[in-house]
Amino acid sequence: MAETDEDSLEDFIHAGAKALALPLDPAWMPAIKANLEATMSHALSVTYFELADEAEPAPIFRA
Amino acid sequence: MNEWASAGDIAKAVTAGETSALTVVQGALARIAERDGPLNAFTTVTAERALAKAHAVDEARAGGEPLGPLAGVPFAVKNLFDIAGLPTLSGSRINRDRAPAQADSPLIQRLEAAGGVLVGALNMGEYAYDFTGENLHDGPSRNPHDTVRMAGGSSGGSGAAVAGGLVPLSLGSDTNGSIRVPASFCGLFGLKPTYGRLSRAGSFPFAASLDHLGPLARSSGDLALAYDAMQGFDPNDPVCSDRPAEPVAPHLQRGAQGLRIAVAGGYFKRGATPEALTALDRVATALGAIDEIEIPQAQRARSAAYVITATEGAALHLDRLRKRARDFDPAVRDRLIAGAIVPAALVVQAQKFRRWYRQAVLTLFEQVDIILAPATPCTAPAIGQQSFVIDGVEMPVRPNIGLYTQPISFIGLPVVAVPVPLSPLPIGVQIIAAPWREDLALRTAYALEQAGVALAPRSALYDWTN
Repeated sequence: MAETDEDSLEDFIHAGAKALALPLDPAWMPAIKANLEATMSHALSVTYFELADEAEPAPIFRA
Repeated sequence: MNEWASAGDIAKAVTAGETSALTVVQGALARIAERDGPLNAFTTVTAERALAKAHAVDEARAGGEPLGPLAGVPFAVKNLFDIAGLPTLSGSRINRDRAPAQADSPLIQRLEAAGGVLVGALNMGEYAYDFTGENLHDGPSRNPHDTVRMAGGSSGGSGAAVAGGLVPLSLGSDTNGSIRVPASFCGLFGLKPTYGRLSRAGSFPFAASLDHLGPLARSSGDLALAYDAMQGFDPNDPVCSDRPAEPVAPHLQRGAQGLRIAVAGGYFKRGATPEALTALDRVATALGAIDEIEIPQAQRARSAAYVITATEGAALHLDRLRKRARDFDPAVRDRLIAGAIVPAALVVQAQKFRRWYRQAVLTLFEQVDIILAPATPCTAPAIGQQSFVIDGVEMPVRPNIGLYTQPISFIGLPVVAVPVPLSPLPIGVQIIAAPWREDLALRTAYALEQAGVALAPRSALYDWTN
C-alpha cells in the first residue's frame, strides 16, 4: 500500500471493522495493520497482472 | 509387529492371524501413553472405542468374514475431523463449546470400514491458519527428530504421531500446505489429493475453495492404501467429484518408468536453503529428470492464494470474531480481522487470476507428467523461531514456510510429498501431477522409495528394537 500512509490505513481498518461490527482493541492495531499491509501487497500484485475483460473467476456454479 | 511396521504389513499380519488387531491397538495405545507427553501430538485418545473396534475386527476374522485392506491398523486424525461424541476443536478454544459431533466424518468411516481403528484426535494450529504446528491452547506439537523443533503445520500432530512411531497412519488437511509441510519437517510421505477427490464432509473448514483432506504415512504404499479406502463420491461435500474411484495401490509397482519428469525452476529454486536444493537434486537425479520447467506466475499464484485464504477464512469466522474475539489465538485473530476488510474487488481479481493460472499450468502437463519442487524452503525450524537466513537475507519464518506449497494447492493439483533423509533433519520434495493423476505421483514416490532416495527416517530419540 505504497500510496497509503499509516493514518489512512488505520482509518480504513476502523471503518471496515465498524461496518462489519467487529471489535477492535487498540493493542491489536499494529498486528492487524501489518497483516492488512501484507495481504494488500499480495492482492495488488495480482491486480497488476493483465487479464481479459472476459476472464471468469475460478469458482464454478452449476445450476 | 514392530512399532515401525507399515499399515500394509499390519493388515496382512492381522488377516493371516499372525497377530490380533487387539494386540496391535494395545501396542499403539501403550506407545501413545509412553511417548506423547514430549511430542504433544494427541489432544484426545479414544482408547475405549479403539479397543472395541479392534475386538470387532478380531471377531470378524474368527467368524470367517473377509477383512479389509487396513485390518487392525491404528490411525489418528487432525482434530478438525468429526469424531462421534467429541466436539470438533479445529485447534481452537472456542470450539470446545460446540456440541459433540453426532457421527464420524465420512473419511473416518471409510477407513474403519476398511478395518482401520481410530485411536484419537491430533493437535493442530488454530483453525488450520498455521504452518508451524504450534498451538496457543494445547501447546506445540513437537518434531520427533528433535523435540525443540516444529512438527510443521497446521497438521502438526498428524506429522508427530506418525514420525514418532505412535501410529502408522494419520489424516490431515491441506489448504496451503498443511499436509506437505509437516510431512517435510517430520520426514514422512504425505498426499494432498486433487481438489474435490476426497470428501470434506464432517470436517471443520478453513478456506472452502482451497481445503483438501489427505493422509500422512511412512511409505507410499500406505498412502495408496488409505487413499484407495477413502475415495468415492459424497453428496454431502458440494465439491466432491462424482468420478468413479480409481484405485492406485495395484499400480504402484509400475514405478516411474516412462514418465516425463521435469524440475520446477525459477520461483521454486529461489529462497531455498542448500538442504532443500540437495533433496531436490537427489530426487531429480534418481528419476533422471534433467529438464527444467517454468511454472508461470508462481509468485502471483502464491499471492492470490494468500488473499483468498485470508478472506475466505475471515468470512468463515466473522461471527466468532464479533462475539469471541478474545478467545482466539491473537495471531490468528489479527490475521482474520485484516482479512475481513480486504476490498472485495481484490478477491474477485484473485479468483479470476486463478482460472488463468490453472489453464497455464494445465498446458505444462501436455509436455510432462510430473513436476518436482521443494516442499519447504528449509528443514524444521525451532519452535518459536521468528526468522531464518536464506542466501544471506533474513526472512520471517511463518509466512515463508508455504512458499512452494501454495502455488500448487491453489489450483488443486495432486501432490505427494516424499521425505529425503538428510542428516540431522529430513526435508521433503513435492511430486506434482495433473488433476486426478494421483496414481502417477504415488508411482513416482514408490520408485524413489525403491531407489532408497525417499525414506521416512526413524528418530534417533527412541530405541527401535521393539
